[in-house]
Amino acid sequence: MAQLTLELERKLTTAVERMPAFPKSVQVILEMTRDINCLPRNLVGVIEKDPVMTIKILRVINSAYYGLPNKITSVGQSVVYLGINTIKNLALSFAAVGILPRFNTTGFDIQRYLLHSLSVASIARLLCEKFARAEADPGDCYIAGLLHDFGKVVFAQFMVGEFMKALAITVDSGKPLYAAEIEVIGADHAFVGALLAKKWKFAEPLVNCIRDHHAPDAEPSAMLDCLRMADAICRKLAFGDAGNPWREEELTALPVRFGNDIEATITALGDLEKIINDAQAFAQIGTER
Amino acid sequence: MKVKMWGVRGSIPAPGPSTVRYGGNTTCIEVRSDDDSLIILDAGTGIFPLAQTLLTRLPITASIFITHTHWDHIQGLPFFVPLYIPGNMVRIHGAYDLVSMQGIEQVMNVQMQYSYFPIREAELRAGVEYETLTVGEPVAVGDATVTPVLLNHPVPNLGYRVACNGRSMFFTGDHEPWANIYPPDDPEHANYQAMIDHRYTELYAALGELDLLICDAAYTLAEYPPKIGWGHGTFDHAIKFAQRIGAKRLMCTHHEPTRSDDELERVFAEAMSRHPEPGCEVMLGREGLEILL
Repeated sequence: MAQLTLELERKLTTAVERMPAFPKSVQVILEMTRDINCLPRNLVGVIEKDPVMTIKILRVINSAYYGLPNKITSVGQSVVYLGINTIKNLALSFAAVGILPRFNTTGFDIQRYLLHSLSVASIARLLCEKFARAEADPGDCYIAGLLHDFGKVVFAQFMVGEFMKALAITVDSGKPLYAAEIEVIGADHAFVGALLAKKWKFAEPLVNCIRDHHAPDAEPSAMLDCLRMADAICRKLAFGDAGNPWREEELTALPVRFGNDIEATITALGDLEKIINDAQAFAQIGTER
Repeated sequence: MKVKMWGVRGSIPAPGPSTVRYGGNTTCIEVRSDDDSLIILDAGTGIFPLAQTLLTRLPITASIFITHTHWDHIQGLPFFVPLYIPGNMVRIHGAYDLVSMQGIEQVMNVQMQYSYFPIREAELRAGVEYETLTVGEPVAVGDATVTPVLLNHPVPNLGYRVACNGRSMFFTGDHEPWANIYPPDDPEHANYQAMIDHRYTELYAALGELDLLICDAAYTLAEYPPKIGWGHGTFDHAIKFAQRIGAKRLMCTHHEPTRSDDELERVFAEAMSRHPEPGCEVMLGREGLEILL
């Protein structure tokens, strides 16, 4: 994979600069910013639902020029450092790139992907608040959920032929998507997502979570546990779709902290309807699952 | 170390009979270190009269530090005459621009497009070097050090702490105190407030003790509310800032372009009446004002 790494890094880092954001956030940002007095908290609320915008902002704020002693892990924190107007103008510049098309030639549904990412983000935060409050930051768990599958959008946008093949292998053989990606591309979305996150100097725990979210044997952390569990819950309940359907055999590999009764964990979380409705509204998906 | 004000006006030059005493030029501050190294903070229109004084002592080496690239802080740069004279050395420092993703090297290039200015950057005759700064990393200029500190404005704004042989000053550039974007009843309020508090702790640690604080004090308390988010502070903000860090002197600057000298003195006196014991000497920035530290 080492040789592929250099090639991939070169190709993908430049590609992500040109990557458009999700339709809803572009639309809302353009609308909101026509009003010079738009509320900062509403602006943050939109940006932090869009994985592309979030990544672009974290990438800028964590760049070496700002010499920040601690890594910035949330959009809100970026606003404290850069000011709301800078963030507003950054968001506008991201919006100006255009919007991600719902489907590209790979057939990967970007809006169902967004629904998956938003659901995993919110549920990871909820899991942290309920079960791991003392060990991890719920906001960090949210970002880990939002960005964990970012590598897939990169593949869908910039390695179209290869990703299409990998998706087809998963559909035909039932093989996990990450295994199919390794087979076709030589690296999976977790590896590529983490590669980019590391290059952009994201916080190490976040990089590790992205890298290890399909690795049950990875060194456990509260954040990774919450992310992996949230991913499992969303896939089991089919909240959105990121090309990797739930397989019952995954039950045995769930984080030990939550036991192996996924239904009990889901019940303990309480009513997830609001989380899912919000995510659906933003992903612009009706009531379909 | 010697500090001299060449421009104290914000936004746009404000020449005319009603601004004669405080001056109409936009931001520019000359700092001379103990070994007479020349540090220029911002290149508003005040840099033009400063440049005239340098022409008798050529060749010069000047280190210009741009707080941010809004026009009132860079507009005088193409009129910094030593740039056109061979033998001079001009080093221009500033922040990385997030939106254009470019360093400070674009500051001249953007202004010197041929439709807008008759001379091209390639025609400058002095040695010109650009340095895009890293927040917190000091730059040595002669026997002084200049440390950039990230503050709050609609574009990244670097305040500069200049220290020389145990004396120090800090110029904010344009800065508005951080404010919570969430109302008190919002669940995010406390978390955001903690981040702001942390930001202040970092700022105070970076500044340490100061002999002089030159601070953006554009507005009065009454003017401020409709201008929240525009990136400027009030006289009261500046006084509290100076008190909090224990600065020995505070100079209020970035005067509103519509403010006459009489009006400026009136609103300043009104602000001072709310702080009868400010704990430091407080003054208005004025063109030509010199302070020895």
